Amino acid sequence: MADTQIAEDQSSAETSTSKIVTLRIAKSNPEKDSVTKFESFQVSYERWTTVLDAILDVKKHLDHSVAVRYSCRQATCGSCGMKINGRPRLACFTKISELDSDVVTVEPMSNYPIVRDLVVDLEKMFDTHKEMKPFMVREDTEITPNSRELLQTPEQVEEYIQFANCIKCGLCNSACPTMATDSSFLGPQALAQAYRYVADSRDKGKNERLKIIDDSHGIWRCHFAGSCSQVCPKGVDPAMGIQMLRGYLLGFRK
Amino acid sequence: MKRNENKEGIKGMANPGRYGIERVSYWLMRITGLGLLAYFIGHIYETSSILSGKAAWDSMLELTQTTQGHIFLTLVIGMCVFHTANGIRLMFAHGGIGIGKPTRPDYPYLPHSMNMKNKLCIYASIGIAALAMMYGLSVLFGE
Repeated sequence: MADTQIAEDQSSAETSTSKIVTLRIAKSNPEKDSVTKFESFQVSYERWTTVLDAILDVKKHLDHSVAVRYSCRQATCGSCGMKINGRPRLACFTKISELDSDVVTVEPMSNYPIVRDLVVDLEKMFDTHKEMKPFMVREDTEITPNSRELLQTPEQVEEYIQFANCIKCGLCNSACPTMATDSSFLGPQALAQAYRYVADSRDKGKNERLKIIDDSHGIWRCHFAGSCSQVCPKGVDPAMGIQMLRGYLLGFRK
Repeated sequence: MKRNENKEGIKGMANPGRYGIERVSYWLMRITGLGLLAYFIGHIYETSSILSGKAAWDSMLELTQTTQGHIFLTLVIGMCVFHTANGIRLMFAHGGIGIGKPTRPDYPYLPHSMNMKNKLCIYASIGIAALAMMYGLSVLFGE
């Protein structure tokens, strides 16, 4: 009985921490017009409430028309990328309490065509990703009869495993200052993935990939602003991958 | 139909406030690069005035002896020093030197390429440029 009482007390104490935040949601529909307007909603939140939770709360109770894309709610699928208070973030991975602001403004990610409201078209990013040949290039495979496993040392795995964490959320491309002005730039997502395979000791497609990125709108357009690495929610560090990749082209790395 | 790409454009590129000192450094590098390009074009115009005789050359030199001329030259010193110092850091970084090693990331995922060495080099570049400008001011206005 005493335990139950304590649990109830804790529960009521936690409930009392509920606060109110103003959520400003950018609403636009390019199929109708090019106007973007912001609608404000008062949303209550707890210490653990994410921006995605707040948006879904608005969608459920206040405005059903808000368009938002999401799936896993645990920073794994990369669907809910958006600009939150001016910076690209995953809505499911950003708690309102950590933003330290009474007003939270959510907008679609920059540098991608808007589909509606907070949803952007990631097709171009997937196209450039495919251009990088995101698969093992070699003649033999592990499943060929009489072939052996493609073994690697832990050090060889460390060379690329960080870059294999990419969830294709597109935040890096949205933060990149070159992407802001150059429509033809491959972007940090694609270049980091090129490094991921170039650095893999099992892969034999290094020269093919280096040829693809050695272009005026390719790797040479990166000026190491580092914003891509600062917004990556999975710790991929695309800026490092791009500079390492450039090291191969400049002859610093073999 | 061509869709609006929702590019941030120059405004987004120039806004250095959201991403820390590395983005400030990127912005300063671009601005100082453009500033130095403008200075070199002006410098060619200035020195070419000698072809029009001594009087034209002297009148052109007088422009640099004014207060505005001194302030302009001080800015050129600052731009040149920052662009050189930060450029050396970037030359190494662009070759993959001094940006850390790839490793398994741990939360809160602080990027290794944005390490303290790089940050210190950026602050040092800004500091050296400021010192050079102060020295330039003392020489130009101390005559």
